[in-house]
Amino acid sequence: MKDLNEIQTTAVKDLLYRIADDQLILGHRNSEWTGLGPILEEDIAFSSMAQDKLGQSQALYQLLNQMGEKDPDTLAFTRSVDEYKCCHLVEYPIGEYDFSLMRHFLFDMSEAIRFNMLASSSFEPLAKISRKFKGEIKYHTMHAITWINQLGKGAGDSPVRIQKALDECFPLALGIFEPSDYEDILIENKIFFGEKELHEKWYDTVVPVLKNANLKIPEIKDPEISYGGRKGKHTEYLKPLIDEMTEVYRIDKDAEW
Amino acid sequence: MSDKNIKSINNINSIISIDPRVTREELSIVPDVDPIKDLHHWQTYEVFHQTKKGDRHLHVGSLHAPNPEMAVILAKEQFARRYKCVNLWVVSTGDVISTGYDNEDIFDTTPEKVYREAGGYKVMERINKFKKERKQST
Repeated sequence: MKDLNEIQTTAVKDLLYRIADDQLILGHRNSEWTGLGPILEEDIAFSSMAQDKLGQSQALYQLLNQMGEKDPDTLAFTRSVDEYKCCHLVEYPIGEYDFSLMRHFLFDMSEAIRFNMLASSSFEPLAKISRKFKGEIKYHTMHAITWINQLGKGAGDSPVRIQKALDECFPLALGIFEPSDYEDILIENKIFFGEKELHEKWYDTVVPVLKNANLKIPEIKDPEISYGGRKGKHTEYLKPLIDEMTEVYRIDKDAEW
Repeated sequence: MSDKNIKSINNINSIISIDPRVTREELSIVPDVDPIKDLHHWQTYEVFHQTKKGDRHLHVGSLHAPNPEMAVILAKEQFARRYKCVNLWVVSTGDVISTGYDNEDIFDTTPEKVYREAGGYKVMERINKFKKERKQST
């Protein structure tokens, strides 16, 4: 694919915003554990992965900028809440560490598959970025799977707690796959295989891991239960997060860093 | 802690510190957390880092982990997030066999045996040759 036409450009931008906003918000959320992690070693690992997320979102905002959108800082820090396209899963407060770990597992597994799919996108700039993220995300999923196994098969209250975290996170995770208005355009032009296929691949990947860790997959009657984020309809938790995240930026928008 | 460092407020014994802020907190001398159980003490693992395939692994430090799987996962961010690394080893500290510091004297070498240190005389030969040459040229 050489140049994108107008509707294709709109479709790609919408996709990029969805991915980048998820990473920005989850990266910010996970960084809230810095200094508070359960043990020093895990604190370092989790904080470092949160930084990876912010770095990856920056690369995607950069690509949006090259496609005519505003610069990355402006995109990350000046939009109003309903302009963000992140899913509800990433907006929730960090909760207990079991919740944060389970969210990290469910989200990063979807991300690994998404970028793997995008690595062969017909939109080469996005394919190139996706290939670059491969190693970082692979570690994130290794880390997540190890923890899920550790806690699911662990002693004491850890299996109960991690099951509860799964029950809370699973319905929220389905919001990751809320389709956009441009699914057909993305699929037809081989830019992205689409949210439906991603959802299926994700389900087939996470379920064996969860079962292996002795966890029970929650039954969700309404698959659209956590939809809305991709269309700018967010939970009550996003606004306070954005206010906090942009606090310093708003003091002096033109400050040189 | 001696008795004079404990005062009684509302019939609860609390800590008197030289730092008045600590005293004001009225911290109980009886800890309100469970005593540390064995489970809370994770074992340590030694971490070895390889910069290039074929290079030797170098010991870079140790970390806490409950088992080898967790140790290798945590070691990555702990020791390999800033510098190039192609491979990490983790070894349970308990599996390392050591000579022990009470045997430190086995490493003592008598001063007359410096000739056994390969570097010693080779380098001296070259230094002496260099000195000689310099002396001749001046």
